[in-house]
Amino acid sequence: MKARVFVTLKNGVLDPQGEAIRHALGTLGFAGVEGVRQGKVIDLELVETDAARAEAAAKEMCEKLLANTIIENYSVEVF
Amino acid sequence: MKSAVIVFPGSNCDRDMAVALTRTTGRKAEMVWHKDASLPDGLDMVALPGGFSFGDYLRCGAIAARAPIMRAVVDFAHRGGLVLGVCNGFQVLIETGLLPGVLMPNQTLKFVCKDVHLSVETTDSPFTSAYGNRRIVTIPIAHGDGAYVADPDLLARLKDQDRIAFRYVDARGEPVADANPNGSADNIAGVLSTNRRVLGMMPHPERLADPQLGGTDGALLFESLCAALETA
Repeated sequence: MKARVFVTLKNGVLDPQGEAIRHALGTLGFAGVEGVRQGKVIDLELVETDAARAEAAAKEMCEKLLANTIIENYSVEVF
Repeated sequence: MKSAVIVFPGSNCDRDMAVALTRTTGRKAEMVWHKDASLPDGLDMVALPGGFSFGDYLRCGAIAARAPIMRAVVDFAHRGGLVLGVCNGFQVLIETGLLPGVLMPNQTLKFVCKDVHLSVETTDSPFTSAYGNRRIVTIPIAHGDGAYVADPDLLARLKDQDRIAFRYVDARGEPVADANPNGSADNIAGVLSTNRRVLGMMPHPERLADPQLGGTDGALLFESLCAALETA
């Protein structure tokens, strides 16, 4: 199975990189971008063939390494 | 005092740390590779050096915190061992959970490399006892991800338990916004564990521990450690 992990900053956590991207978009003439939040996508290729077990494994990986759950949310898609 | 410096791929302050420890303690600091599973016997203190362990991949310190040696370092800390993390070492300590909070990219998004004034917020620790009445000291910083972030509950707990070791201040000792180089909550530059035997700090005491390098304010931290172990 494959798993795609999305890691995003929680609401309220300041994202200076997102702000820098927003400024750059404005400089390029993209008006009307009120906010930018940036995050990560991590693709996992898993030996596991059962979708539920693959999702559970990916979530455990998020808890233990892929996300810092103090400041980040994560979500997992398996396919 | 028998000390060891953990070396990760990408550490670049490990030798400076070893020199500072060796000079202050009079005993050669041992270098320990991150893939080792155990620490040398009879250690009093472990230092996690500055640098860019594993290229700062994923999050600063995240990969290093899961290196084989770190299990031994966490056990050592839980047994009451002294652990100092400087800069990237502070990030690693946070990622292991030995210290609370998060270190995020500097609010300015700029890498800041300069000498800063720090206030010594507590001398009640094995790392800061030798500062005595020296409340304001100068120590260099060099980091891109040093904004200490903590929720209000944690900040209150750190204050109540006297666990803020250093804060960024101006020359008069005031923790003003202009003296905050990275956007850290309450100008926090260094925090202690609940048992006060683990210290994480963004500034580099090992870089100002030799008069020939322009100052010795950092040496007092290492002298504190020696004094703590002599009286223990």
